Parts: sequence; C-alpha cells; structure tokens
Amino acid sequence: MRQTFITAVVSSITAAAVATGATAQMTAVGEGEGALSIVAWAGYIERGETDKSFDWVTKFEEATGCMVSVKTANTSDEMVALMNEGGFDLVTASGDASLRMIAGKRVQPINIDLIPSWNTVDDRLKEAPWHYVDGTHYGTPYMWGPNVLMYNTEAFAEAPTSWSVVFEETTLSDGQSNKGRVQAYDGPIHIADAANYLMFHKPELGIKDPYELTPDQYAAALDLLRGQRELVSRYWHDAFIQIDDFKNEGMAASGSWPFQVNLLKADNVPVASVIPEEGATGWADTTMLHVDSEHPNCAYKWMEHQLSSNLQSDLSVWFGAVPSVPAACTDGRGMQNQEGCDANGLAQFDKIKFWKTPVANCESQGECVPYYRWVSDYIGVIGGR
Amino acid sequence: MSMAQTSDSFSQTRSEGIGTRLSDTLWRRPGLLLILLLLPPVLWLGIIYLGSLFALLLQSFFSIDHFTGLVNYEFTLKTYAELFTPANFDIILRTVTMAAICTLASAVIAFPIAYYAARYARGRWRAVFYLGIMMPLWSSYLVKIYAWKLILAKEGILTWALEGLHLNWLLDAYLSLPVVGGNSLSVSPTGTFIVFVYVWMPFMILPIQAALERVPPSMLEASGDLGARPAQTFRHVLFPLALPGIVAGSIFTFSLTLGDYIIPQIIGTSRLFIGQAVYQHQGIAGNIPLAAAFAVVPIVIMGFYLWGAKRMGAFNAL
Repeated sequence: MRQTFITAVVSSITAAAVATGATAQMTAVGEGEGALSIVAWAGYIERGETDKSFDWVTKFEEATGCMVSVKTANTSDEMVALMNEGGFDLVTASGDASLRMIAGKRVQPINIDLIPSWNTVDDRLKEAPWHYVDGTHYGTPYMWGPNVLMYNTEAFAEAPTSWSVVFEETTLSDGQSNKGRVQAYDGPIHIADAANYLMFHKPELGIKDPYELTPDQYAAALDLLRGQRELVSRYWHDAFIQIDDFKNEGMAASGSWPFQVNLLKADNVPVASVIPEEGATGWADTTMLHVDSEHPNCAYKWMEHQLSSNLQSDLSVWFGAVPSVPAACTDGRGMQNQEGCDANGLAQFDKIKFWKTPVANCESQGECVPYYRWVSDYIGVIGGR
Repeated sequence: MSMAQTSDSFSQTRSEGIGTRLSDTLWRRPGLLLILLLLPPVLWLGIIYLGSLFALLLQSFFSIDHFTGLVNYEFTLKTYAELFTPANFDIILRTVTMAAICTLASAVIAFPIAYYAARYARGRWRAVFYLGIMMPLWSSYLVKIYAWKLILAKEGILTWALEGLHLNWLLDAYLSLPVVGGNSLSVSPTGTFIVFVYVWMPFMILPIQAALERVPPSMLEASGDLGARPAQTFRHVLFPLALPGIVAGSIFTFSLTLGDYIIPQIIGTSRLFIGQAVYQHQGIAGNIPLAAAFAVVPIVIMGFYLWGAKRMGAFNAL
C-alpha cells in the first residue's frame, strides 16, 4: 500500500512536470529522444537474438536512433501492474488489460494523424472498443489471434467441429472417453469460452456478448464449467507446461494458442488446431503510450514502424498471430503469405470474440457480473465447487 | 626523524580529538554502545518487517466493493467472513491437510535416515550422507519440480518402469481411487504430496540428526541393560529425546507447505492452495483485502503451531 502511495505521489509530481498531461495528445513528432522502453509479451519484440531471421528492431534503431529496451510480462495483470509502476513508454496490451489502463488513466490518447500508415490498419480494428473509448484513440493495433481448439490427431480421426469435446463427456474416435484428457485455460477469462459455447447451443439464455453476462447467464456458464471440471485433469497456465502435457500426459484436446500448436508441430507431435462452429475467443493487442512517457517522439516513430515495416509480417510467422495490417500478408514485406495468415485465423475474424474486461456497467444488458466475481467464482469451480 | 615527530604530534592532537572523547564515552556507558549497535537492525526489523506485516493485517480489515471492484477503506470483518465461504474454506482445509500429511510422512521417512547418519555413518560415509541430504538444496527449486513432473507424467519414467515390471495395473488401480487418484500421478493430489515431501525433506532430516547426535549412547545401553526390548527403548528413550528435533523439523515442513504456491501450480489437480489464492486475489483480481485475509491464515495457524512446539520443547536447544 505504501508502495502504491509513493508511486502515486511520484507519478503525480512527474505528471505535473511533464507537458503531456492526462488528456493532452501530441501535435507533432519531433526528433527521437534516443531511447524507448516497451512492456511486451514474450516473443513480441525480436532483434534477431533468438533466431537471426526474426528481427524487427535493429533497422528501427538505425533509422531513428531510438534504442529499444524490452520488459517482458507473462500476464495481462503483470502488464497493468508494470504500467501502474511507471517508467515505460509503450505496452502491447490485450483487450482485458487495455480498458483497465484507460480507466486508470495510465495511458494517453493517440493522435492518429501523426502515424502516416494508420490508414493501412484493418478497418475492423481501427475503432475497436478495446482501445477506442468515447471517440478517442488510445493505441495502435499490434497483432491479434484466436484461442484455437488444439487436438491430437491420433485421438481424432477427423477435426472436431465443436467445442463440446472439451465441455461435455464424449467418446473420441480412438474409442476412449475424453475424461481426463482435456485441458482448459487457468484464467477467469475462460468463463467467456463457456459463455460463447452457450451462446450458440442455448439461444434461450439470450447471451449477446460472452463478456457481458447477466447473473442468470453467468450461472449457466459456471454450471457448464463445473461439468468440465470432471473432465479436466489439469488447467493450463503456462504455455510451455501445456506443450509438455501434450507430449507426456496423453492430452487429446484443449483450448490453446497458435503459438503452442506451431511449437508442438515443429516437434513432430501429432497435433492440429481448428476454430469450431461456435467461433472462439481471441486476443487483440494494442500498443499504448504511457501517460508520463519520457520518449513520446520515439514512441510515435515506433507506432509508425510497427505498421509499416517487416514487423507485422514476420511477427505473424514467429508468433502464429495475424497482422493488424492486412497488406502485410501479401505484399512481401516479410516472410508471411496469404496461406499463412489464413492458417493463423485471418479469415475467421468475424467468428472471434476478442478478450475484454467484464465490467458491471455493460453495454448490451445494462448490468453484468464484473471481473472481480469471475475471479473468485472460477477459483471455486477449479476447486470443485 | 620527521616521521617520529609527526606521529608524536598526531597522538597529542588525537588525545583531545572528538573520536577519543566518543570512544571514552562509549567505554564509560556500555549501554549507549549497545543501543547504537542495535538501533539499525531493530529499526530494520521494526519498520520493514513488522511495518509491512501490519500494513498487510490492516488491509485485511478493509473490504472490496462487489459492484465496482474498488477497495472500501472502512473497518469491517466482512472479508474475514468471506474466508468461511465453502470455496475459500476448502482451500484452507486442503492446504492444512496437505501440510499435516506431508509433515507426518517427512518425519517417518527422515527419522531412519537421520538415525543412520547420526549413529553409524563414519568418515567418508558421513560426508556422503551430508552431501546427499544437502545436495537437493543446492539445485534450483524449479528444476527439481519440472524434473518430478516428467517422472510422474502419464508417459513418464515411472510409468515406463512399472510397465517394464508388469506392475502398471497397480498404478492404475491406485489412480482410480477417489480423492488421491487422478488421470496420472502428475495431475493427482498424490503427485503434489510426493513432490512436497521430496522438496522439504532436508529441512526435516537435519534437525532430527542434530537432536539424535545429542542423545548419549550410554542411555540406550542402559535401557537395554535394564531389560528393555529395542522397541521399548525406542518408545521410551530415543523417541522422547529426539522429539524436539522432530518438532523443529516439522515447523519447517509444515510452514513451507502452507506457504508454497509453485508446486501445486505445476503438479496436481489445479485446485488452489493458500499461497496461490493469495497470489490470484492480489495479482489478478486486485482483491487485496481478501488476499491479506488469506495471508493471515498461515500466520494464525503457525502461531498455534509454534506455541504447541514450544510446549514440547522444540526450542530448548536454541
């Protein structure tokens, strides 16, 4: 608490000192300040050190003189915590973190006129609700991707068409039950996957948005998840533990990210992935600028760089994600091509409900169950309650 | 020549210098010296350690507004009442049960090892024993847990070995048991138990060994001379004398199990333990009052535990 208080005092002093206040936005991009620090997901900012052919930092540094430093974060909550702490310029925030940071006034509005390549952004992302609030832009779209259904091709003769294989007990085509052989994500946001399933199969519940649930709809989703608890042997938290479980624990199916699917395939594990008929949840990340950023010029240069360089294309290959600039799939600026983008989910955009923080005051229903309840109830579900 | 002069004049000025007067004062009042030496560590302990502990305790008396998710800074016991909701009470019960069982099992396994190390191991063997016990403490905790994950996995080393011995029906029968079983050892409560016992074992062996080394062999001989059978000697002489060591060891294994949040995350059924609940409520939900209330639980339990341990003489050797 004391820590927070000191941080609050310090940041309010710097906020007062720095010209860029909470509501002001930049009007011109000047010379770079020589440095730029980014809070990012692991694997998001590569400078050719992990693999020589994946580098989208070196050229930026050469061109602008802004030396990039990266702080990796493992969860959305870590990202929010780091940005609250301060000292960073940019963050690659998912939708379940971005709205919290906008509400907490940790990020500043973006002047899209200062980003020449803004018009190349996918039209469907330009005013996405996870970064465009009350007519104001709070970030530049980075990457997006679906939460796919990963399955073992030895357990499934044909690709499963429904998420039911992870929600309800069935006999798989290898003759054994799916009980004990499926996994689910160990985060409260997984409740949205259950709601998404019910939205398709139980229209009488009237679910309009899996992140905006009335108490009744919410209770139905929890019931579905309680049934799932009987099938799940372990909830996955860490991508690499899930990879290990598909190798060593005989897992048959689970919600997953293209990242794990690609790594397992590269290791010759018989897995594949699909987006079933119900659609899927997904993540869409946005580069957001800290309210007290010390290097705003470099930050704007980076936001232009992220849209116009090889970043979108090569990162799409590297991470199994989809570019926010559709042209990056086809114009040969990097290694990605149309087939690759389609495989990562480009064509499925409309089937994807992107992560956002559930709030009490919701648009579609008036009053919804807030995220705070999702957390405590999901703990109960995993505990068998 | 000049050197001698300088040092002479130096000693003269020194006798009137501030340093000398200070040293004289401290000599005359030893209490002042004690205060000066103790002040920094006491301040450190008082402010950094106790201060943050009280800040934590204070948080647990606040509550979270269920509607907005913001912390409500008014005194209330509502958050403590939340600990007793079924889902939360399960977490406490699960953790305490696991800690108790792990402690018992550690004591049973550690005793013979400590006994051998204290009584029979000599020379090189003694060194080997010490090394063997201490070695697991030197390697990374995470590496050990991941290694166990591979050992216990469904397609892991243990299953492979049992298959070779045609004994996998035994493992399958065990895993089909309710409560302790699961899809494989690495996702069952038994797996969590095995890893806890393994990881905390050195903390149990070393205090027992220290206690056993202080038991004079002559007492055991006297017991035998008076006609006691080995079992009687153990029950009436050796065990009571080693008990303080066992209790001291159990403080480590019990409290470490109560607080751990990494092992149950990697090995087990994904059901939460207290440490994980604190982590999730604090980190993910921003529900600091409930996280603080959860953090108070092990403190209270350990308070009672230490009080009991003191009565059993665990601290007599300190």
